[in-house]
Amino acid sequence: MSLELEPESSSPPTAPSTQMDAPQLRAPAIVSFVGAAEPAAVEGPPSPIRQYLSKRGNGGLADKTFAAVMLVCALSIFAIVLFILTILILRSRLSLAQFGFGFFVHSSWDPVSGDFGALPFIFGTLATSFLALAMAVPLALGVAIFLSELCPARLRAPISFLTELLAAIPSVVYGLWAVFVLVPIMRDQLGPLLLKYLGWTGFFGGYNFGVGMLTASIILAIMILPIISSITRDIMLAVPTSQREAVLALGATRWEMIRTGVLRNARIGIVGAVILGLGRALGETMAVTMVIGNHPDISKSLFAPGYTLASVIANEFTEATGDLYLSALIEIGLALFIVTIVVNAIARALVWAVTRGAPARVI
Amino acid sequence: MRLNSARRYAVNHLVTGLAVLSTVLVIVPLVAIMVYLIYKGASSLNLAFFTHIPAPVGEPGGGMANAMLGSGIILALASSMGIPVGIAAGVYLAEYGRGRMLAMAVRFTADVLNGIPSIVMGIAAYSLIVMRQMHFSALSGGVALAIMMVPTITRTTEEMLMTVPHAIREAALGLGVPKWRTVMSVSLRTASPGIITGCMLAFARVAGETAPLLFTAFGNQFWSFKLNEPIAALPLQIYVYAISPYDEWHRLAWAGSLVLILMIMVSVTLVRIYAARGTLKGAS
Repeated sequence: MSLELEPESSSPPTAPSTQMDAPQLRAPAIVSFVGAAEPAAVEGPPSPIRQYLSKRGNGGLADKTFAAVMLVCALSIFAIVLFILTILILRSRLSLAQFGFGFFVHSSWDPVSGDFGALPFIFGTLATSFLALAMAVPLALGVAIFLSELCPARLRAPISFLTELLAAIPSVVYGLWAVFVLVPIMRDQLGPLLLKYLGWTGFFGGYNFGVGMLTASIILAIMILPIISSITRDIMLAVPTSQREAVLALGATRWEMIRTGVLRNARIGIVGAVILGLGRALGETMAVTMVIGNHPDISKSLFAPGYTLASVIANEFTEATGDLYLSALIEIGLALFIVTIVVNAIARALVWAVTRGAPARVI
Repeated sequence: MRLNSARRYAVNHLVTGLAVLSTVLVIVPLVAIMVYLIYKGASSLNLAFFTHIPAPVGEPGGGMANAMLGSGIILALASSMGIPVGIAAGVYLAEYGRGRMLAMAVRFTADVLNGIPSIVMGIAAYSLIVMRQMHFSALSGGVALAIMMVPTITRTTEEMLMTVPHAIREAALGLGVPKWRTVMSVSLRTASPGIITGCMLAFARVAGETAPLLFTAFGNQFWSFKLNEPIAALPLQIYVYAISPYDEWHRLAWAGSLVLILMIMVSVTLVRIYAARGTLKGAS
C-alpha cells in the first residue's frame, strides 16, 4: 500500500474521516475555528483536545496506587505463612514450655493425667504415608507413562479427565466410601487373604477389625495417586522431543526410549512429584480419621489401629479440656505445619528444576 | 543377537501391559466410588433432602437443607475475601513482577502454601477468631477457607494472565492508556474466562473441605443465617453423619456426598471446557 501525497495544498494529507486535526499542522483551520486573529502560529489558545488532555494528567498517582495495592496483595502470601507460624507458636507456648523437645519422643498420650507425647502420632503418620507411597508410586508412574507415551490420542482426554476427577473428590467422600466399602472388604475378604499368604512376615498379627493402618494406607494411596501421576505427566511432557527422537534413531524399542530418553531426564522431577504426594499424604485428615481406628499406639501389625497427627487434631480439638491439652494439640499442628512446609518446599524446588518455574498444576 | 532383540521386544510388550494394567487399576476405584455413590445416594435423594433440616435421631425423613445453605454462606464469605486478594496477587506476579526475585519468591511460597494441610488453616482461624470471641462462627470458617483459596487463585490468575499476548498490552499503552487501566480493561478482560475458571477450581476445592470447618464453623442442627453463630456445612454434616451409628443418618450422608460430588464434577467439567477454548491464539 503506497501513500499518495497530494501536493495541491501546503498541509500534509489527512485521513478523510477526521474532522479535527492536530493544531500545529492546520494552523489556518484552528484560527478559523477558534476565532482568534493569530496567523499560522503554534502558540495561541490550545485546542479543546489539548485542554482536555492537559487537565486529565497522566494518571501517575493512580498508577502508583494501583501498583502498591497489587504489591500488598502479593505480599499477603508471605503474610499468611508468617501469620500461621506465629499464631501456632504463640498458642502452643504452654506445651512447648512444659515438654520441650521430649514431646516428640514421648510415647504416651494421656489427657487425663496431663501426660502428652506425640510419638504414636508421628509413627502413625509416617507409617501410613510411606506405605501409601509404596502402593501409589508404581501405579502413578504407570498411569503417567501410559497417558503421555502409550495412549492413543482419542483415549487421552477421557482418561486424564477421569484422573482429574479422582483428584477433585473431597476427602470426606473418600472416607465415607472407605468406611462402608473398603472396611468390610478388608475385614471379610482381603484381611484373611493377607493373613493366610503373608502372615509369616509378622506384619499381620492381631485381630482384624477392618479399620487400621493398612486400610488407611490404601485409601491414602488412592488419594495421592492423581497428584503424583498428573505432575509426573507434566514433567514427562517437559522433556524435549529431541531426546526421544535421538534414542529412537539409535534403534531403541518404545520402552527403552521411555526409560533412557524420558525417565532419565525427568528423574529429578519425578522425585519431586513423589515427594509432593508424600506431602499430601502427611497432611490428609478426614479420610484417614475415618478408617484408622484412632488408637494412639505403636504396633508392628498392619491390622492394628493407629493415629496420625492430623487425626488427633480433628478428633480431640473440640473436646480438649484445659489449656495444656489444647496447647499440646496446637503444638502437634505446629509440627505438622513445619514438616509439610519443608517437604513441599523440597518437592516444589525439585519440580521447578525440571519445568523451569512454569506454573505447575495446582492440585 | 537375535535372542537379545527378542528379549528387548518382550520387555517392551511387558512394560506396555503393565502400564495399561496400572491405568485400569487406577480407573477402577474411581468408577467403583462413583457407581456406588450414585447407587446409594440416588435412592435417598428426594425433595425433602433439599428443603428440610435434619430430623431428630430415630425419626425418618429430614434433609440437609441447612447444611447446603450454610455451605453457601461460608463459601460466599470465603470467596469475597479470598478472590480479590488472590486475583490482585496474580496480577502483581504477571504484570508488575515479571523477572523479579520477589515475584519468584511469592510464586514459590504460593505453591508451597497449596500443599499445607487444611486442618492447619483451621487451627489458625480458630486461634485468631474463635479463641478471641469465645464461640464458633461462620466468619471464622469463612476466614479459614479464604486463606486456602488465595494461593490457588493467585497461581491460576498468573497463569492465565501470562497467556495474554504482549502486543495487546503494548497497543493499549501506546494509545496512552495508563498502566492500571491497561491491566484492568485489557489484560484482565482478555484473560477473564481463564481467571473465572481458576476461581471456580478454587471454589470447588474448598467446597469439599471439612477439616478447617471442624472447629471454626462447628456445625448446626438448625437454620442459621448469622455470621457470628455456628453454622452447618455440607461436608461437615456428611462427616458427622458418616461416623454416627444411625442408618438414617448414613443414608443422608450418602445423599449429601452425591450432591457434593455432582457439584464438583460440574465445576471440573466446566473448567475443562473453558480451558480448552480460553487461551488466546497468537500469543507473543
